Amino acid sequence: MYAYDELDRTLINERVSEFRDQVKRRLSGELTEDEFKILRLQNGVYLQLHAYMFRVAIPYGTLSSKQMRRFAHVARRYDRDYGHFTTRQNIQFNWIKLSELPDALADLAEVGIHAMQTSGNNMRNVTSDQWAGVAPGEIEDPRIWSELIRQHTTLHPEFSFLPRKFKIAITASEHDRAAIKIHDIGLRLHKNADGETGFEVLVGGGLGRTPFIAKTIKPFVPGRDILSYIEAILRVYNQYGRRDNIYKARIKILVHELGIEKFSKEVDEEWRLMGDVGLTLDHTAIEEVRSRFSYPAYEKLPHMPDELKQAAHDPLFERWRKNSVFPHKVQGYSIVVLSLKPVGGPPGDASADQMDAIADLADRYSFGEIRVGHEQNLALPHVAKRDLPALFKTLDRLGLATPNVNLVTDIIACPGLDYCSLANARSIPIAQELTRRFANHDTASLIGRLHINISGCINACGHHHVGHIGILGVEKNGEEFYQITIGGRADENAQMGTLIGPAVPYAEVADVIEDIVEAYLALRDRPEELFVDAVKRLGVEPFKERVYATR
Amino acid sequence: MPLVKNARIITDLFVHVADGVELAGDGAILVTAERFLADPEALLRRAGKVGVIWPNNRDLDGLVPYLDRLAVVALVFPTFRDGRAYSQARLLRERHGYDGELRATGQILRDQFVFMTRAGFDAFEVKKDADADAFADTMKRYSVFYQPTGDGRVTALHRRQQLRHSESAEQ
Amino acid sequence: MTSPLEQKKIKITGPSMVTANRTWDGAVVYRTGQKGWSTELRDAAIVRTSDDARALLAEGVADDVGAIGAYIAPVELKEGGKIGPGNLREQIRSEGVTIDISVPA
Repeated sequence: MYAYDELDRTLINERVSEFRDQVKRRLSGELTEDEFKILRLQNGVYLQLHAYMFRVAIPYGTLSSKQMRRFAHVARRYDRDYGHFTTRQNIQFNWIKLSELPDALADLAEVGIHAMQTSGNNMRNVTSDQWAGVAPGEIEDPRIWSELIRQHTTLHPEFSFLPRKFKIAITASEHDRAAIKIHDIGLRLHKNADGETGFEVLVGGGLGRTPFIAKTIKPFVPGRDILSYIEAILRVYNQYGRRDNIYKARIKILVHELGIEKFSKEVDEEWRLMGDVGLTLDHTAIEEVRSRFSYPAYEKLPHMPDELKQAAHDPLFERWRKNSVFPHKVQGYSIVVLSLKPVGGPPGDASADQMDAIADLADRYSFGEIRVGHEQNLALPHVAKRDLPALFKTLDRLGLATPNVNLVTDIIACPGLDYCSLANARSIPIAQELTRRFANHDTASLIGRLHINISGCINACGHHHVGHIGILGVEKNGEEFYQITIGGRADENAQMGTLIGPAVPYAEVADVIEDIVEAYLALRDRPEELFVDAVKRLGVEPFKERVYATR
Repeated sequence: MPLVKNARIITDLFVHVADGVELAGDGAILVTAERFLADPEALLRRAGKVGVIWPNNRDLDGLVPYLDRLAVVALVFPTFRDGRAYSQARLLRERHGYDGELRATGQILRDQFVFMTRAGFDAFEVKKDADADAFADTMKRYSVFYQPTGDGRVTALHRRQQLRHSESAEQ
Repeated sequence: MTSPLEQKKIKITGPSMVTANRTWDGAVVYRTGQKGWSTELRDAAIVRTSDDARALLAEGVADDVGAIGAYIAPVELKEGGKIGPGNLREQIRSEGVTIDISVPA
């Protein structure tokens, strides 16, 4: 857990006061909507179909029970009793009134939560592995670096009006859970031959209408130089990134148009000219931030406690444990993923009551700590194995123990046309229908790991390009149609999916997905071959033939 | 359009001279980069002060040789969402050592004052009177700053280290 | 969303209205025939010519303090003069999300 100090808290409160002034000027007419729009976006306030939407940051996906309870409070007091966890470690409230937003922000600020730069053309929430600090085999806790970068890019006087939004993600594990290759900057923490800690820096990844996988710009930047190197990238981007066309303004287009070599040369030249501008992180600066991350006082616990042995006789518990419980770096502890994907539910939504209950469970079983991952699920990061049976019982009662983590019904979906003013088609009802089709757990288990990602428009908030199966909503003559891709992935081997055939109407999407899954089951060479590996081995054609032959 | 300099509304002594308009007298003038670069020496020989309005998409290299003889460099914000001039400002101040007036011109609202000051601007052609009047108050909005820039404000990190240092000295 | 400027070129093909979101709370509102806004679709002023649509839009856009993001949208006129939304997007805006948002407590 990271504890904000007096200075961090002061800054957040100052931001609330500033926003209160901005809202006041807007409501009085002193600011036009055209002027205010940029100001509200800088603080996470969008206009959606039905109301304003308010996006709140959960830096590097770490949340305290107290903060979670405050989300529940905001959901009840200012919204409609629920919130939506997004793919970038944020929570969104869908029905908030502009006139009440400053009060909601003030309530959140009391627990060190803010909405700074959760939208707008600036540095967005710096995300990280949701299992940071607890995953076995990690180089070190990447959140220390996330926090250093978060601070450096918060209200940055030079980079608050970039050509377009800018997203950074950091991982410190071999297996990339932070999707760094689809970010503007992806950072992979590793050690060089001398044992020094630093970053492989990737640049220019992103989805949207022109998807790109990020390219490595530097294989190793020492940790102490990471801020100045990021500053150099941002300065090149701020000056040369396109501003004539919103769809060509992301850094990925600049990198693509210049080529990675030329872009890298520009950055190096800027980095060299920059010299020492006070951005080098010496040991004490890094330790200063590290010291404010606290870690639980773990007990010495057995690897296999009696409680777990006894509970192994309960098939429902075992099914859940095998699916949702993951290894922890400390013996006797586990990481427990809480599925926010119940059958028939909107992916990523949690009710205020659930939030409160999760906060209570975190206090009881996880040292008061909760994590938020890009798959739109939550996690309790430090659960003693002996507590797993008791935790399961409560989670099950709360509807948070659906044993579908990483399975076909663990769907990522954007809000789609039910909420979003940019969407062309609905996402959530498609997800809901699919969870009903694959509700049988034995079938889902048989299918194995399979990520379905759904976006309601080309902006790709549902990451459809990198879903093992990607579903993209489009509009054709006023009707909702969906393009389907297969073979995408968001991990360390990230790649874009390939279109399998013509777009299909709303009513046929679930049938087509069922057919694709059936084709996979028939085509895989053994049960262990994952869907995405089968697509890689066979290509799209055999799937296309089976799915579209009868259509 | 009010001009704010050193946190006060002042009379602008510089006349914006459009391209092609003949210079009259020896008063202080602001000219475009194009006009300036056509014959910089002739303009700099005048008795009156000279300032240049430098576009945000033009490389600063062409301006740098003249910096010590210019009274004003005006950088442009065509819309307030276009932030290129923030980088130009920092480069002029922090890399090229420019210490004359650095003026922000274009679409300037109070909500940019803190950012602009931190980037090195010290003069502002403000769009609305109310925003110009609010300058001093607006500059008090923030007391904590995370980034080191050329404006010399102490960063949060530095304050923490000082605090830690003084705590350990007391023990 | 099509901006009002782009909509200047648009010709309406059927009965239409002007809709926006109320500034202070974001609620969906419809431009009425009495130079105001209403949260009820049935109160919307219906226009049938492109000129009338643009005029009504201009009136709505001018009230920047009252409502934001005004645009022209189609309506369906039902029997008895009842007004219904003219497409799925407007149906969702006037009747709410198409999904059950109650999550298990």
